[in-house]
Amino acid sequence: MTTNKIGLLGCTALFGALLAIGSPARANDELLKLEKDPNQWVMPTGNYANQRYSTLNQITAANAGKLHPVWTFSTGVLRGHEGGPLVIGDTMYVHTPFPNNVFALDLNDNGKVLWKYEPRQDPNVIPVMCCDTVNRGVAYGDNKIILNQADAKVVALDAKTGKELWSVQNGDAAKGETMTAAPMIVKDKVIVGISGGEFGVQGRLTAYNLKDGSLAWKAYSVGPDKELLIDPVKTTSMGKPIGENSSVSTWQGDQWKTGGGSTWGWYSYDPALNLIYYGTGNPSTWNPVQRPGDNKWSMTIFARDADTGVAKWVFQMTPHDEWDYDGVNEMILADIDVKGKPTKALVHFDRNGFEYTLNRETGELLLAEKYDPAVNWASKIDMTTGRPEVVAQFSTQHNGEDKNSRNICPAALGSKDEQPAAFSPKTGLFYVPTNHVCMDYEPFKVSYTAGQPYVGATLAMFPPKGDNNLGNFIAYDAGQGKIIWSDPEPFSVWSGALATAGDIVAYGTLEGYLKIVDAKSGKELYKFKTPSGIIGNINTYTHGGKQYLAVYSGVGGWAGIGMAAGLSKDNDGLGAVGAYKSLSNYTQLGGVMTVFGLE
Amino acid sequence: MPSRIAAAVFSAALVSVSFIGIASAQDEPPYVVQNGRVDQAVYNGYRRYGEACMRCHGPDGAGSSYAPDLTSSLKRLDFEAFANTVVNGRKNLKNGNENVMPAFGTTEDVVLYLNDIYGYLKARSDDQLGRGRPKRIGDDDS
Repeated sequence: MTTNKIGLLGCTALFGALLAIGSPARANDELLKLEKDPNQWVMPTGNYANQRYSTLNQITAANAGKLHPVWTFSTGVLRGHEGGPLVIGDTMYVHTPFPNNVFALDLNDNGKVLWKYEPRQDPNVIPVMCCDTVNRGVAYGDNKIILNQADAKVVALDAKTGKELWSVQNGDAAKGETMTAAPMIVKDKVIVGISGGEFGVQGRLTAYNLKDGSLAWKAYSVGPDKELLIDPVKTTSMGKPIGENSSVSTWQGDQWKTGGGSTWGWYSYDPALNLIYYGTGNPSTWNPVQRPGDNKWSMTIFARDADTGVAKWVFQMTPHDEWDYDGVNEMILADIDVKGKPTKALVHFDRNGFEYTLNRETGELLLAEKYDPAVNWASKIDMTTGRPEVVAQFSTQHNGEDKNSRNICPAALGSKDEQPAAFSPKTGLFYVPTNHVCMDYEPFKVSYTAGQPYVGATLAMFPPKGDNNLGNFIAYDAGQGKIIWSDPEPFSVWSGALATAGDIVAYGTLEGYLKIVDAKSGKELYKFKTPSGIIGNINTYTHGGKQYLAVYSGVGGWAGIGMAAGLSKDNDGLGAVGAYKSLSNYTQLGGVMTVFGLE
Repeated sequence: MPSRIAAAVFSAALVSVSFIGIASAQDEPPYVVQNGRVDQAVYNGYRRYGEACMRCHGPDGAGSSYAPDLTSSLKRLDFEAFANTVVNGRKNLKNGNENVMPAFGTTEDVVLYLNDIYGYLKARSDDQLGRGRPKRIGDDDS
């Protein structure tokens, strides 16, 4: 691994000061520096801003047609492969779904395995994971690789040897708590979430000290003020203080204890504001009639101080959720013009089908527009209150328990799920992998038992009326709230996107295609069918001076549930044209990483 | 661990639902489907399936990338084998597989409605019921 001596000298003043305080802030300087190096892919999100953009431009719109697979690596695991590999110097770190093996591969020696970490986990964790046994990646910092295991254990490994340095238990699988999200290292802390919104967990974001895994702070999404890490006066929502008991006052009795608000998505960080941004998941259960109230702070965007965890501002997108529109999708930080004004923006493509643009410093809501025209559960977002104007016909609360609410768009898996979008500062556009699926949703009463599913609704999914495609890959202007171009796909686009300065955008399809399109027009430039459906994220790096793209193939995730046997209805109504599609006609299970290059 | 308790519940479940097994032996299907519409038991089976089984076995029992297509499985499994698997769970951990079905023996919302869930899946497996939410006999929802 290359040591960056010039960089260290440049940061000596800050580093010296921090040394005097006695805190090992090396990860702070190191990661802020590393995230700017396009030759490496140092964190799952590409950079702290979650832009998934690379300044590398060897691969361009002009030559992308010449791309081809260069080498491959089989992970040895079958199940959904989310996330992507890290590249730190000349070492690539590959992770797998359960059992969450981690490999360090030597790029100088044809991907030879330098070390392998194979956790021993109780397989009884598997059925407590709602939506396949995925894992979204490992984090790197201070010569450590941090892994979030399915069994809710956070483990720190020596990046050079794979030796376990420390581990800490972050949750209890017997209560339905597991982990699927990637950790994020901020300064001297490891930020981790928790999964289990379908099992009635009490969601939270937790920070452990990178040095030894001791607890730094824990911030719950639902519950009493003390547990939320908020200040009733200083923490604001829509510009106003949230006040006391902002969460518990929106739940009946003790329901917040099994309230959900899990944190299984992506996290971003603004070093200048020192704020961590993330969203919370659905309230438990899926039956809204059983949990009256706004159910704060589920479905909420949080901005928290990285050192203390205290929330600076919050914004709830879907109060009293009736459709399972988890708010956990990535919070992309981008300095863009919003309605003509230069803005420190946070751009979020929510499950609920609305794209929200906020001022990431103040939490002011600037724009909220549908990013799929099929979205129908709300007509719009009221810009003065931030609340959706729910259409009664599509309200499962309004229609009630044991009644089938029909043709709601989007389906519970949202107009976009966790698969992260990319932002290109060059074009100013966001490149978004979307789902184009609607649902019937029927709530019914259920009881809570620790470790058992706490769902309370059943659903049927199908494409919107008159449409055949289940997904679109779109280019979107978040300053105006407009779709610029849209490439239809037969299936939901479930991969993370990548944008580069070479004017290309990359994404993967559920049939297994790695596709490259022109960043300005969306025109397809290259495609290759990899061994299995892609639900991972495309990353890019250089080695030996050449640019490569790397992506996992391995169908699964929630896409594997809904799509494997095809959807419930052929809603096209056009007879011969509307094929009843089954993903299993196109792909089977797999677990392979493919690296693409030009040479 | 649940398996001991599950065995006890399973025995109780077998006793209380044994008449279903007898019904199958007499060639009477364990479900009621008339003109494409179902009775409350099959409908309840669809709901309970959606609550506890769909997240792995996919919509309508049709399977996912990591759990079998039950419309196919029930062509081989009788009620006893079905109930045994649901109550006690199953592991398939060889050859790259990491598939674990939990034991539902202590999950009330499943084990109390085993007949209904079986009836719904059997109706699907026998091609007597199509995909999607079933329509109920007597409902005005054409």
